[in-house]
Amino acid sequence: MSIGFVPELGYAATVAALALALYGSVAAAVGARTGRPALIESSQRAAFGVWVLVACCMLLLVYAFLTFDFSVRYVANTTNRGTPFYYRITALWGALEGSIVLWTWMLSLYTVIVVVQYRRRQPEFYPWVLSVMLGIAAFFLLVMTIPAPPFERLSPIPADGRGLNPLLEDSGMITHPVALYLGFTGFTVPFAFAMAALIIGRISDEWITITRRWTIVAWYFLSLGLLIGGWWSYHVLGWGGYWAWDPVENAAFMPWLTGTAFLHSVMIQERRRMLKLWNLTLIILTFALTIFGTFLTRSGIIGSVHAFTQGSIGQFFLGFLAFVLLGSFSLLAWRLERLKAQGELDSVLSRESAFLLNNVFLVAAAFTVFFGTVFPLLSEAVRGMKLSVGAPFFNLVNIPIFLALLFLMGVGPAIAWRRASAENLKRNFLRPVLAGIVAAAILRLVGVGNTLVLLCMALVVFVTGTIVLDFYRAVRARRRTARGWMDAAGGLLLSQNRRYGGFIVHLGILVVALGVAGSQAWSVQTETTLEKGQSVRVAGYSVRFDGLQASEESNHSKVTGAFTVSNGRPLGVLYPAKKFYPQEQTPIAGVDYRLGFVEDLYLVLGDFARDGSHATIKVQVNRMVSWLWIGGLVLTLGAALAILPDRRRSG
Amino acid sequence: MRRFGWVIPVAALPVLLLLGYGFRTDPHHVPSPLIGKPAAAFTLKTFGGDQVSLEALRGRVVVVNFWASWCFPACYEEAPALERAWETYKDRGVMMIGINIQDKEEPARKFLARFGHTFPNAPDPAGRVSVDYGVYGVPETFFIDRAGRVRWKQVGAVTDEIFKRRVETLLSERG
Repeated sequence: MSIGFVPELGYAATVAALALALYGSVAAAVGARTGRPALIESSQRAAFGVWVLVACCMLLLVYAFLTFDFSVRYVANTTNRGTPFYYRITALWGALEGSIVLWTWMLSLYTVIVVVQYRRRQPEFYPWVLSVMLGIAAFFLLVMTIPAPPFERLSPIPADGRGLNPLLEDSGMITHPVALYLGFTGFTVPFAFAMAALIIGRISDEWITITRRWTIVAWYFLSLGLLIGGWWSYHVLGWGGYWAWDPVENAAFMPWLTGTAFLHSVMIQERRRMLKLWNLTLIILTFALTIFGTFLTRSGIIGSVHAFTQGSIGQFFLGFLAFVLLGSFSLLAWRLERLKAQGELDSVLSRESAFLLNNVFLVAAAFTVFFGTVFPLLSEAVRGMKLSVGAPFFNLVNIPIFLALLFLMGVGPAIAWRRASAENLKRNFLRPVLAGIVAAAILRLVGVGNTLVLLCMALVVFVTGTIVLDFYRAVRARRRTARGWMDAAGGLLLSQNRRYGGFIVHLGILVVALGVAGSQAWSVQTETTLEKGQSVRVAGYSVRFDGLQASEESNHSKVTGAFTVSNGRPLGVLYPAKKFYPQEQTPIAGVDYRLGFVEDLYLVLGDFARDGSHATIKVQVNRMVSWLWIGGLVLTLGAALAILPDRRRSG
Repeated sequence: MRRFGWVIPVAALPVLLLLGYGFRTDPHHVPSPLIGKPAAAFTLKTFGGDQVSLEALRGRVVVVNFWASWCFPACYEEAPALERAWETYKDRGVMMIGINIQDKEEPARKFLARFGHTFPNAPDPAGRVSVDYGVYGVPETFFIDRAGRVRWKQVGAVTDEIFKRRVETLLSERG
């Protein structure tokens, strides 16, 4: 039996945290303005207090989940007695209210880290950063108090809960939101530093240098979150794809695009003192887009399948979004005079202009995604017409942009700053370009007919060529002082970790790009009804239907099909299933698959006869999808290398 | 340069206004192709054992509500409102039929007992009626006029206010 007052305790902790966050935000600002360190110190303690209180909220909520406290509306909505143990914990972020708790907790954790790291090192920025971050935390705590209270009581108390959305009962859903929110909240730190820089008027490059690693961390988690989301979509939803340009996906993708632009453009500011205004704008947009994403997916203004009651959360988020945009852009306008660039663009053939172009394309991609996502709204406002924008629009507009970005990925890091000489171009690009062309020619001869795929592959080879060439030359140069090749390579990676970390991230992106191109162009599928014992042949595979079996799981019943697969030699038996949850009208697919480096065999069970005499099966041979996940691993390595302390400066 | 600084924040306004406009629209309100068309006929056996047939109700305003006992919280939220509406309008010639879909009998009966529903409720064992009405999720409520045409479809819980507005309009039309 659960302790009766847990929800009240949780609510009290929320309100106390809200009060502390508000106090801390104001105290830090006043302390900085009037130069009273005591106030700033007390605001620090408030930040710790917020963190502890929100952690308590999380633990209390977990406790309510573990004890089946259905008197709490959120618990009753997202679990039932059959929900397996682990999912009762991760049900914490299985719906809106708990997600906000998780988000707030991460934000408060980041705030505490900022306190610990910068209290002494950045005495000028730090109080304002603290003020901004606590202010943002206060908003989320307000959301937890009024429009989305996780501890709200339910009366009368139901005997059993509704249960977690069955699609969320998956390992991907345990990690995906965590990674995604670490990314979203991570961008709060550079944003807060940018605001602090505007407020105190030190709009040089300090805020960028300080937050560089924060930006990489946030960007990395956001990338990881997107990839895990793709993996979840791929192996749970049963349609064989990983990306559908759904508003929810777009909401997470837009800050990734502007965040990526930011990550690159800060390098120009560090190096050439240009683009100050642009960088501030980008970080404001990135942060605003993380808020916009939550607004979009939670306000109900854009259609999504299972959301009937919305409440007032959308208004809260829109209000906050307006506050963020108007407030930060006003600050920007106020400091406009100081934001003049010191450097100038010398030549079109330079690293600056390659980075600038990269930024233009990334922001253009973000804009088209934004436009496509809100277009249904625009169309309804202007012409009174309901319509939806689908994948064809996004693909049509974005594929050329992404190909251009791939090209720039090869050019940017290898072209000279200021003005590239013919010598520089020839030395760094001649061989990679030739390699790309040769690769495309070979693929064409082998029979690859798809122009987009050819272009993509050629670009990937070209970019890889530039990276390999650069690395080879640097290792060879180092070889003179190091003992062996391995030593030279390892020493290079560590001493120029930022550059080569970035290169490895680029390689990861290239692997992902190959996965996307290959899976889009070469996947095949078929859907057919098989009698028991009958087989279907797809792309060299033979799939034989052996029968059906029904079973009862803790919270659903399940019909499993057995299919023996072979490709000349036996590959084993796959068990795609259909799961019937009492709270869902339509059965949930239980996909079964055989993952491979080159291709996945992917089975989805369709309709079947109750006596097991025949069943419809969808057989997909999805090519190169695994490269997406491998690319994610490479990306992780690169990001880890890039956030190591910069050795060139520190010693 | 500073003189035009105010343009920067102002540029964000149109986007914010558009998003604000979003609250005035309902993305779930997909115009149903059934609106204005004759409502599909059905005859069902209620939980009480009676026959209920839409054909026989021609000339009366009919409200058809699709629900399920597992549909929490929306069906639970609208259930008291439905019973209140039934109490208010049954004497004015309005007929209300609850259709229980994709459900098991026992929890469905419990649901009815819990909310004390007195209007006819019937299971749709083969799911045929919900297919005819293009039911996409529960709850959905269809308002049918005296001529037997579907006039409105409410996706999600109905409230007293929505019910009153729809039914009063239909009642005011002298068929």
